[in-house]
Amino acid sequence: MTFWRQAVEIARVDLVVERRAGETFRIVLPFSIVALMVFPLALDLQLGIVSTVGIGVFWALGILFGMQVALRQSASDTPERRDLHVLSGVDPAARFTGRALSGGVLMTAYLGLMLVAMAVLFDPELPGGGWPVLLVSTVLVAVGLTELGTLAGEVTTGLRSRTPLASLIVAPLALPLVIGASQSVEAVERDTSILPWILLLIASDLALAVAGVALAKPLEEATQ
Amino acid sequence: METIVQLSDTRVTLGGQIVLDGLDLTLRAGESVGVAGPNGSGKTTLVRTVATLQTIAAGHASVLGLDVGEHNLTAVRRQIALIGHQPSLIPELTLAENLDHRARLAGLGRDRVQNALEVVGLGDASDRRAEACSFGMKRRVEIAHVLLIKPRLLLLDEAASGLDESARELVAAMLGSVRARGGGAIMVSHDRAHLSAHCESLFDLRSGRLEAAP
Repeated sequence: MTFWRQAVEIARVDLVVERRAGETFRIVLPFSIVALMVFPLALDLQLGIVSTVGIGVFWALGILFGMQVALRQSASDTPERRDLHVLSGVDPAARFTGRALSGGVLMTAYLGLMLVAMAVLFDPELPGGGWPVLLVSTVLVAVGLTELGTLAGEVTTGLRSRTPLASLIVAPLALPLVIGASQSVEAVERDTSILPWILLLIASDLALAVAGVALAKPLEEATQ
Repeated sequence: METIVQLSDTRVTLGGQIVLDGLDLTLRAGESVGVAGPNGSGKTTLVRTVATLQTIAAGHASVLGLDVGEHNLTAVRRQIALIGHQPSLIPELTLAENLDHRARLAGLGRDRVQNALEVVGLGDASDRRAEACSFGMKRRVEIAHVLLIKPRLLLLDEAASGLDESARELVAAMLGSVRARGGGAIMVSHDRAHLSAHCESLFDLRSGRLEAAP
């Protein structure tokens, strides 16, 4: 079986499991939207302030709850299933790629819905080109956050405190994504170039993809 | 006769503790070897070592002619089937989907999946989700997986525990088919009577070494 067929098969099954378990859209998303709603209430519904902080709150909550989406595969990963993959001859890099593919689809959809919820609840004021830039940033953050979560899941395989430890790895390493995303929208508001920030996001995504593929086999061997 | 597994003076450590120490084991084509021992004696570690899932600290280990220290073990690993303590099915998938997923990962077609489920007595339950199935049904799916991939080396770690009589007969039939194809099997269990019924050679695992059972 080729690399891509293995990756697609792993992604396909992961999406089927998610459709039936509904962890992202029936559990994480409703909680995230409730958290979004708390902010306008906490700000005493002062529409001027609510409108100003909307995008910042979106990124903060999106990253925070998005980590749960990014780490959901590693949380359900069992040693027996990993053994099955090894003995089936699944390329560790294909497994990383497959998980990143399915996770990327889920994360993009999740952050997309969060973005809609934020737009409705906060009604942020953005200049003309702001929304397309926010949309592009959201997709790039979704890809990067998924890769980071998948990589953190692999790094912490077999460790007792796997889930909290993986979150601790993801949070600081997600900073370039947060900075790139927030500054790209800021750049539109300041009418300066968005290119450096979009390039930062693309470079982060590419670096994480290369790291994930390159480290997949050594990480698998390290757990044996 | 071709050697399927050869362990010579093999040492395996886990968390700094020596689990297998100077262990020797030879499995030839057509044979099945049984290893008995109490809980914590290292039976599972032995199985994982032979399955190339556990690195060795010292000594030599070769499986199906390839040193386990080799960089690329993919071809050898595809000829190994391991049935461990816990069935590794994905709970949200049906039994047929689980087996289909395994077949796809192994690069096999889907056409024999339903037939394999019928052979193990799960033809009518193929659309049932794994999370709603009993331990014995999940174990039967793993037996169906072995029938699909036709391994040359079968490793059974307490595989017959908790199974009813008909499922135990399936395990015996699976063992027979692997041996008939020129493969070999290693069974580990604390159930000595079960091992004696299916294995030509029986060993006790004590202090990390194998001793011929009386």
